[in-house]
Amino acid sequence: MAGTAIEIRDVTKRFLTPKGEVFTAIRDVTFAVEPGRFCAVVGPTGCGKSTTLSLVSGLDRPSEGSVWVGGKEVDGITDGVGFMFQADALLPWKTVLQNVALGLIFRKVAKKEAVERARDWIRRVGLAGFEDRYPHQLSGGMRKRVAMAAAWITEPRVLLMDEPFGALDVQTKAIMSNELMQLWEGSRPSVLFITHDLEEAIALADRVVVMTSSPGAVKQVFDIDIPRPRGSVQEIRFGSRFLELHHEIWATLRDEVERAYARTAGV
Amino acid sequence: MHSTNDGSSNGMLSGLEQASQSAGRLGGAQKALHDRIASGQQSMDERTHQASVAFRRRKLKVWGARLAIAVIIIGGWQLFTAMGWVDKFFYAQPSGIWNRLWDYFQNGTEFGSYPDQIKTTMQEALYGFLIGTGVGIVMGVALGLNRFLAEVLDPFIKVVNAIPRIVLGSIFIVAFGIGLTPKVLLAAVLVFFIVFFNAFQGVREVDRNVLNNAKVLGASRWHVIRHVIMPSAMTWILASLHSAFGFAIVGAVVGEVLGAQQGLGLLIKSAQGNFDPYGVFANMFVIAALVLIVEFVIERVERRLMAWRPKVQSEAVLV
Ligand SMILES: Nc1ncnc2c1ncn2[C@@H]1O[C@H](COP(=O)(O)OP(=O)(O)OP(=O)(O)O)[C@@H](O)[C@H]1O
Ligand SMILES: [Mg+2]
Repeated sequence: MAGTAIEIRDVTKRFLTPKGEVFTAIRDVTFAVEPGRFCAVVGPTGCGKSTTLSLVSGLDRPSEGSVWVGGKEVDGITDGVGFMFQADALLPWKTVLQNVALGLIFRKVAKKEAVERARDWIRRVGLAGFEDRYPHQLSGGMRKRVAMAAAWITEPRVLLMDEPFGALDVQTKAIMSNELMQLWEGSRPSVLFITHDLEEAIALADRVVVMTSSPGAVKQVFDIDIPRPRGSVQEIRFGSRFLELHHEIWATLRDEVERAYARTAGV
Repeated sequence: MHSTNDGSSNGMLSGLEQASQSAGRLGGAQKALHDRIASGQQSMDERTHQASVAFRRRKLKVWGARLAIAVIIIGGWQLFTAMGWVDKFFYAQPSGIWNRLWDYFQNGTEFGSYPDQIKTTMQEALYGFLIGTGVGIVMGVALGLNRFLAEVLDPFIKVVNAIPRIVLGSIFIVAFGIGLTPKVLLAAVLVFFIVFFNAFQGVREVDRNVLNNAKVLGASRWHVIRHVIMPSAMTWILASLHSAFGFAIVGAVVGEVLGAQQGLGLLIKSAQGNFDPYGVFANMFVIAALVLIVEFVIERVERRLMAWRPKVQSEAVLV
């Protein structure tokens, strides 16, 4: 059940703004994630990272170019994809158990088996005992764990994560990153992981894609050659190779972040 | 509106009391330990106790004020009419209204026993309510899901909505006679529009992220409707049902006023014809009581179905 390849070829996405103007969110984006690899995408806010993920998942279509997953062109919702959204996306009227089991229920797995497997996943993400709570009765970190279990339970071959730990405190983020690594080493789906946090990107990924400020394009792609298993995310960031890479990528990223900031701040 | 929350929060408080009582029944061996932590625990108990006292005192105040207002209104009415400052020939008198109600229940009405009148009106209103709600939900959801259909039907709905709907009652009576059907239809039409617009809006307001999440998880069209759109629209639909039953009663009563052989509306019409404000007021209060009872039941159902929703701020603070 290893991951399948993701290929984004010359993709441009335009939106019609409410004023009726055409707005280019991303332009001529091309990059690939090899099967079973972990790819992080960093870039200034508003550069089209979420847009890119929605194109890979099939929730939206490119205006130009094409997206390929597992050798097939994306057309409609992509099969075998797990998605952790940037915003809260759990079904608020379903309990933790029901939310986690949802992917199986939709795939027509027998109810009993679905519930059993959901319980197992809830335990794995450390939420045993919270099965019957509703999302609003959980903390932000707990909701992210539920979202993680809900995405992993379908055993996706491609995992799309949109700043999954962005709103979490440093400690929770560290714990969840480690949990994510363990899960990923277990079944090795291909991962496309968006983050604002360059350290997180380098620590987790095999490859880091840096995007330009809006309209987003690929500025540069870095291969992260720190050997795996890398051990705890908190520790590797003091390694010399890590610091080198961080220095190098940050130099590239900083220009874009400053440019994006200058634009939105009207400086 | 939140007074109905008393039950649950009182339950919580009495639960705390029980906990502190059971702490008092500890065995000898544990007594020492208990004493050691008692100082800390006592202050906790004390604080929850104080909170509960303050809570009850506030409730008492609210109910006291309510009672005072009711007494002023009804007492003032009685007094003003008794003193002759207000003519009770037009405005009736609370004591007289009470007597009239008593009389209705004891001796029946010119159209049969009083419970029969109530039953007739309630039946019409309930049938109308159920039909209007059912059709409203189905149509609202269908149009909410189908942009094309919604656009096509939009002007028609606007026109029908602009018609003073009470007038439809006359048409229904001409078409269906003075039996049950025209009242049920009128009630259903009134209920339909409220529920329809809410169901429609509810479908449109579905959270994009939740919808996308379900799609990526592999939901079919039917799954999306059943697991995402309906529960989300339900919030809106249930909110509309609060006022919907009031409209169902209006439909039934107006239908009876326009033409009927039984029912509270007919009694009101007949009382009006006899220059009898007592009859009008007595039936009016009975209708109000019926609406309140049904609305109470609807609210119960709503709270059960909406258990997943975070408590409204004022509710959460009370506990
Ligand atoms: N449906 C839409 N209609 C119009 N513009 C859109 C739409 N969706 C996104 N955009 C615009 O496209 C650009 C990219 O948005 P996107 O959400 O992909 O950014 P992002 O890189 O994920 O940003 P962040 O890091 O802040 O999440 C933004 O300027 C946004 O305003
Ligand atoms: Mg984003």
